[in-house]
Amino acid sequence: MSKSVVDVPPKDGFSFDLCRRNAMLSDKGVKPPSYRKTGTTIVGLIFQDGVILGADTRATEGPIVCDKNCEKIHYMAPNIYCCGAGTAADTEAVTDMVSSQLQLHRYHTGRESRVVTALTLLKKHLFNYQGYVSAALVLGGVDITGPHLHTIYPHGSTDTLPFATMGSGSLAAMAIFESKYREGLTRNEGIQLVAEAICSGIFNDLGSGSNVDICVITKGHKEYLRNHLLPNPRTYVNAKGYSFSKKTEVLLTKITPLKEKVEVIEGGDAMEE
Amino acid sequence: MSIFEYNGSALIAMVGKNCFAIASDRRLGVQLQTVATDFQRIYKIHDKLLIGLSGLATDAQTLYQRLVFRHKLYQLREERDMRPETFASLVSAILYEKRFGPYFCQPVIAGLSDEDKPFICTMDSIGAKELAKDFVVAGTASESLYGACEAMFKPDMEPEELFETVSQALLSSVDRDCLSGWGGHVYVVTPTEVKERILKGRMD
Amino acid sequence: MTKQQANWSPYDNNGGSCVAIAGADYCVIAADTRMSTGYSILTREYSKICKLADKSVMASSGFQADVKALQKLLAARHLIYQHQHNKQMSCPAMAQLLSNTLYYKRFFPYYSFNVLGGLDNEGKGCVFTYDAVGSYERVGYSSQGSGSTLIMPFLDNQLKSPSPLLLPAQDAVTPLSEAEAVDLVKTVFASATERDIYTGDKLEIVILNADGIRREYMELRKD
Repeated sequence: MSKSVVDVPPKDGFSFDLCRRNAMLSDKGVKPPSYRKTGTTIVGLIFQDGVILGADTRATEGPIVCDKNCEKIHYMAPNIYCCGAGTAADTEAVTDMVSSQLQLHRYHTGRESRVVTALTLLKKHLFNYQGYVSAALVLGGVDITGPHLHTIYPHGSTDTLPFATMGSGSLAAMAIFESKYREGLTRNEGIQLVAEAICSGIFNDLGSGSNVDICVITKGHKEYLRNHLLPNPRTYVNAKGYSFSKKTEVLLTKITPLKEKVEVIEGGDAMEE
Repeated sequence: MSIFEYNGSALIAMVGKNCFAIASDRRLGVQLQTVATDFQRIYKIHDKLLIGLSGLATDAQTLYQRLVFRHKLYQLREERDMRPETFASLVSAILYEKRFGPYFCQPVIAGLSDEDKPFICTMDSIGAKELAKDFVVAGTASESLYGACEAMFKPDMEPEELFETVSQALLSSVDRDCLSGWGGHVYVVTPTEVKERILKGRMD
Repeated sequence: MTKQQANWSPYDNNGGSCVAIAGADYCVIAADTRMSTGYSILTREYSKICKLADKSVMASSGFQADVKALQKLLAARHLIYQHQHNKQMSCPAMAQLLSNTLYYKRFFPYYSFNVLGGLDNEGKGCVFTYDAVGSYERVGYSSQGSGSTLIMPFLDNQLKSPSPLLLPAQDAVTPLSEAEAVDLVKTVFASATERDIYTGDKLEIVILNADGIRREYMELRKD
């Protein structure tokens, strides 16, 4: 049996077997597909008790919004969360992968994960692929050494900052942070500042939009405020709804009733002997 | 010319009240030449899970064969069907594995989850999942489908009304796209039955 | 050594969508008021609709600098016509003028996607739709701009008249009342705004009928 017929469970990492075919198509003038990007505004800041992360919720495919309410704040560990901008598949895959690695590490060491561990695992992976895995991340968490906030670029470089923004709306959000950030913000002040920065990205950057997600991480506690703010309700909903003047013409109908699950009744003593 | 426009396709999945509908067009073309007018894009994985594959037809067929294989293995090991959420993660992982040499395929997955709650999701060609609560679209006619669905969608529709809405949205959108059309294939799934209907559309 | 390509383009796309619907005795023309470039918003209150004559209103999306130049040219030509003929230009005449003006610049076009709406000589609504170099057609409804692919299928579904090949010949005019047409336009823009990043902010609606011209505004999503 030739190898191509049997679909063996794949080895770790990426599989490159369609690359030759795709390169041949590309030589023939076929454009490669565009991937879903998360236009995005993602931010993070350190306040007196920990870290607050914020993100918008729009995913775009070129000029079209394909997801109006996607989640950009990904779980890494109970005390660490990561916001992702760039190619959506890359941010999801990379954060899931490092999250699993952190879990295994926790079992191994018996200790809470540290933010620098997540940071090193992420930057190693991204540098390995020389920027082709297009994920720009804002990583934040609170561990035994205190609160930490880092940014990670697709090529693998990192920065450690008290406040950070990434994505196409980063300039709009950074404008808010630079004018209003100060050290030692309280929780409510921090949430308000993050919400304001994300709203600035939402309204001024076309790649970001819809709602505001916020995640507050403090020592021993985290709060994920999904859809904390919904500043963009649908503006006009027709009360009557629309009717269709021409009904659809059906050529063929086939109805398949679904098998009902057979209930096994208790009380069958017949097999006792 | 983009590789997705080689064969042409239109796919749509929409959620109703305790039911869902998934629909596709029926044209298979080689660029502007129509080669088949009864091409099947929506496949059944198990009774309560359907997957539609848009994009390059050859990759869609290969991907379908791989997915059916993986699902059968799962059925043998676990002695039950895969939940739609799990299946979506499986498809996403299989697509992301080919990140740098992808399948030119955009799947639309629709199924009934635990307690018969409808579940729909779509992905781009490298597996970025998009879970929606109302509708998802894919294919060359996707922009038109977004506009039509956004205007016609109402929450909590009954199966008959859902069928009418999905059909009208699909047929109006493919009429504006030269690469998809030749009628429609609609599946409406409720906890008790699967209704498969073939629609008459413009034949051009 | 590879040839160096020019990377300055004389064109830019300022985005936006416009729609026009013709009725039995009215015409509705609408456009959003957002002007953008790349991923940024230049202004939220820019009108894309221009009154060319008493009974002709044009809405254009595309490159607004070219649109402004085009509007100026048409206004000047209309003034000359008024001096020469002692009357306003009718909508079909304005439609032909716009087509010729666009074709004059066939080899360096106006990057402008227009819909012209108004009332013809009999008082019936008329809509003319154009491409960038002047090819035009009288239709019952049309949309242009970044949101047009999202808007057209729904307008087709609600307004499409049966094929012109059928006998007896059917009018290229919709059966809706004026209020219903305005309602349809609002729904269609609210939907387009949800999914198109270049459409939003505010919707400007101009309604032309026998009593004159009326303007309405509606708020749209600002994100």
